[in-house]
Amino acid sequence: MTNQNHTPFSLYIHIPFCASICGYCDFNTYTAQQLGGGISQDSFHELLIRELEIASRTLEAPAVSTVFIGGGTPTLIGSDSLTQILRGIEKYFPMNPDVEITTEANPDSVNAQMLTELRQGGFNRISFGMQSVAPAVLATLQRTHTAGASAQAATWAREAGFEHVNLDLIYGTPGETDSDVRDSVNVCIDAGADHVAAYSLIVEPGTAMARAVNSGVLPPPDDDACADRHNIIDTMLQRAGFNWYEVSNWAKPGGQSAHNQVYWSSANWWGVGPGAHSHVNGRRWVNHKHPATYAKAMENIAMENIAMENIAMEKGEALHSDTEELTPEQIHVEKVMLALRTRAGLPVGELDNQELSRAKEFARQGVIDPVEFASGVVRVTDSERLLADRVIRELLG
Amino acid sequence: MSSPRPGSTDPAVVRNFCIIAHIDHGKSTLADRMLQHTGLVDARSMRAQYLDRMDIERERGITIKSQAVRLPYEAPDGKEYILNLIDTPGHVDFTYEVSRSLAACEGAVLLVDAAQGIEAQTLANLYLAMENDMEIIPVLNKIDLPAAQPEKYAAELAHIIGCDPADVLMVSAKTGVGVSELLERIIEKVPAPKGDASAPARALIFDSVYDTYRGVVTYVRVVDGRIGTRDKIEMMSLGTTHELLEVGVISPEPIPSEGLGVGEVGYLITGVKDVRQSRVGDTVTTALRGATESLGGYRDPLPMVFSGLYPLDGSDYPELRDALDKLKLNDAALTYEPETSLALGFGFRCGFLGLLHLEIVRERLEREFNLELISTAPNVVYRVITDAGKEITVTNPSEFPETKLSQIFEPVVRATVLLPSEFVGAVMELCQQRRGVLLGMDYLSEDRVELRYTLPLAEIVFDFFDQLKSRTRGYASLDYEPTGEQEADLVKVDILLHGEAVDAFSAVVHRDKSQAYGVLIVQKLKELIPRQQYEVPIQAAIGARIITRETVRAVRKDVLAKCYGGDISRKRKLLEKQKEGKKRMKMVGSVEVPQEAFIAVLSTSESSSKK
Repeated sequence: MTNQNHTPFSLYIHIPFCASICGYCDFNTYTAQQLGGGISQDSFHELLIRELEIASRTLEAPAVSTVFIGGGTPTLIGSDSLTQILRGIEKYFPMNPDVEITTEANPDSVNAQMLTELRQGGFNRISFGMQSVAPAVLATLQRTHTAGASAQAATWAREAGFEHVNLDLIYGTPGETDSDVRDSVNVCIDAGADHVAAYSLIVEPGTAMARAVNSGVLPPPDDDACADRHNIIDTMLQRAGFNWYEVSNWAKPGGQSAHNQVYWSSANWWGVGPGAHSHVNGRRWVNHKHPATYAKAMENIAMENIAMENIAMEKGEALHSDTEELTPEQIHVEKVMLALRTRAGLPVGELDNQELSRAKEFARQGVIDPVEFASGVVRVTDSERLLADRVIRELLG
Repeated sequence: MSSPRPGSTDPAVVRNFCIIAHIDHGKSTLADRMLQHTGLVDARSMRAQYLDRMDIERERGITIKSQAVRLPYEAPDGKEYILNLIDTPGHVDFTYEVSRSLAACEGAVLLVDAAQGIEAQTLANLYLAMENDMEIIPVLNKIDLPAAQPEKYAAELAHIIGCDPADVLMVSAKTGVGVSELLERIIEKVPAPKGDASAPARALIFDSVYDTYRGVVTYVRVVDGRIGTRDKIEMMSLGTTHELLEVGVISPEPIPSEGLGVGEVGYLITGVKDVRQSRVGDTVTTALRGATESLGGYRDPLPMVFSGLYPLDGSDYPELRDALDKLKLNDAALTYEPETSLALGFGFRCGFLGLLHLEIVRERLEREFNLELISTAPNVVYRVITDAGKEITVTNPSEFPETKLSQIFEPVVRATVLLPSEFVGAVMELCQQRRGVLLGMDYLSEDRVELRYTLPLAEIVFDFFDQLKSRTRGYASLDYEPTGEQEADLVKVDILLHGEAVDAFSAVVHRDKSQAYGVLIVQKLKELIPRQQYEVPIQAAIGARIITRETVRAVRKDVLAKCYGGDISRKRKLLEKQKEGKKRMKMVGSVEVPQEAFIAVLSTSESSSKK
């Protein structure tokens, strides 16, 4: 198996650790206490580097165009471990000259020195989970950082030489006001971020927040308020020179995340670490979710004493908990579904005849942009942006 | 000493009786105990409620179809008797079947729970038996219960029947106490059947049941003459003749016999496949030298309540049709014809004897034929006279004509409610609200009252029983019988989604209640219809006049916030699922209505008759 067609190839690295679990979060992450003694956060990066080696041998070392370390809280394992992961990547993969290397970080898990070390270690983009500047909202979300920490962290990052800084926002939290949202956006703009990802709050099943909503302690997020706030954010960011480019993403010119584009253009990436998802050549798989299970699977591979040559895909499969081979139909559905969420849209040529006639009707109604449609691109108009799922459903029929 | 053989039993030793009882008052348990007591079934092979054959009957503790069992019994005096226990249906929907079962007996055991007293349906059936001059044997059951008040209820029964409280037998069907005394009393009191053995044969059909293996099994009571295995028989109301394949008695399993003589009760098998060929109430005679006059009392079953039955999945329509065809074989009262609803697709408008009948049919369709169904709110039959003098019978509210009506008639019933006196006010208020007219009120005992009302059947069909139960903490019982029709000021209320009427939601209601009905349904729908691409007005209208309106606002956000790594396949799978879910959505004009909305709205106005 090789990375086909010279499509961009990316790596996602998952760090499944957090200092505490936020009430709304359903990501695959654990506190030290939840993990117990079995897993060492200090040496966990070594396991990840082993998987990088497997990935490299399986795919015959394609050139890497983006790297994204996410979590969890990657910065929890320290700049040294994170930098070592980067060195591991460089050891097993050739790197594109303009490679984008991002790590996520929590505003209160970094300081100026650490950010400098990360920058010097090779990271050139950093993404902070800011969420909000309203203390009440942060409390409801059970975030541990203060309102001021995010702006401070972003400033430090700029000073450390990060070309690209993203701030994540969450809007629609119960108790939040429109003015809280404005304050948060203003802080993003003032802190010098060149990228903002703003997500309407999703109450994920199984989270502490879901329990609070179900038991009536918290009201559920209000869709109308979310729609209003999306529009507030969009207006403010556009005015400050950001361009909207995906449902929840805005960037200044040159600030768009290349790694994001990998997901949305159905390109190839390998997800390294517990619970990480991969997509390579029409196959999707996911690694064992729990760090201990993942570590155990990795150990088994090691015990089979895999030589430096011929680590076949089958060996790597010991890490997988689930694999699906996409049918051409499914590949098409994903392509449409992902592209219609973006400003770039979808080439008209991707549609089959039935979809094309539905698209024509949408263009006539102004649901998709008629001018761009005439020039060969299917793009949901700005006013219909928040109804994109409906457009996707109906276009696919 | 061997017991008398079927077909050659001296009528003098035969006792035909039934048990009149309310559900839960222990009829089936008593019947089981009699089976044991006469030695017909030993304790080891006894299963609870031996005679209730259908699963639904056993689960609900009700009897839908009659059964007859022949109990040879050696009395303490050493004489050999034949007791024929004819089990009767116990529900208002099946009053006609009850009356035929009673007509096959000379006596009735009136079985009443000693902790609860007599219930309205039991009373109605008792009156039926008394009108037929049957010998009534009053029995209080469950005397072993701590809550039993045997003296109080013995006095009540004595008052109703006009006997001495001391004549009321005390029984516990559960423990068997008093059962032998009851058997003795039956032999002593119930008259032996009288009939002319030399006259042409006449037998009353009191039940007919379709059996997959044997075809229709017809239960009869021979009045005159004899029916032998070699006879060709004639159904007198239909004029059809059949060869007899088998004659026999149930004791307690079917036992073929040479024939059935005067006073005997048994079954006939002719090989017909449809119970409509062998109708309850009809008279059977022999084709050769047959009787010229029937026993009388035959009546075609008349559906009183109608409902549209639709498969949840439209592609199940042929299965639904086949299932109804099969149920029909065993249910002479079920009627159905194909119907198309804009909202619900292809289905059937079905006619039922009443709400319980509807529920049983629905449940059997779902359970025995594995169908998922939506049933529209039950309605009654209206007779409408137009200005032009044309008469229209309306069985589906959506077909109710809107203009130029000179007269509208609706069916009415005579309802009897038995209740503790403390709830009289609450129940009278309910009956008043339901357009009831008080006919009379009697104290059965110090604290038990019988209320009699004339009520429109439509009002009973609409949630009446649930209301009655909740207002009386479950203590009231209800019985009713159709008594004709009355003229009424009725209107059709349509429910419009985005300006388009949804036929399944149309209802015929009294003009005074149309507003309240409209508001109820419109508000319910507002909660259930998901926000759509456009604002959706929900309106209730009488003709062109809108009487109430709500609005489902347009959806403003329908997009997943995050779509990265693992979200992608999750989102794709969701799309695939939604595609499936779309099938569960009905398009009403341009509005997507989830199936659940139909079910929820239709069930708010659907009374449950689980008694």
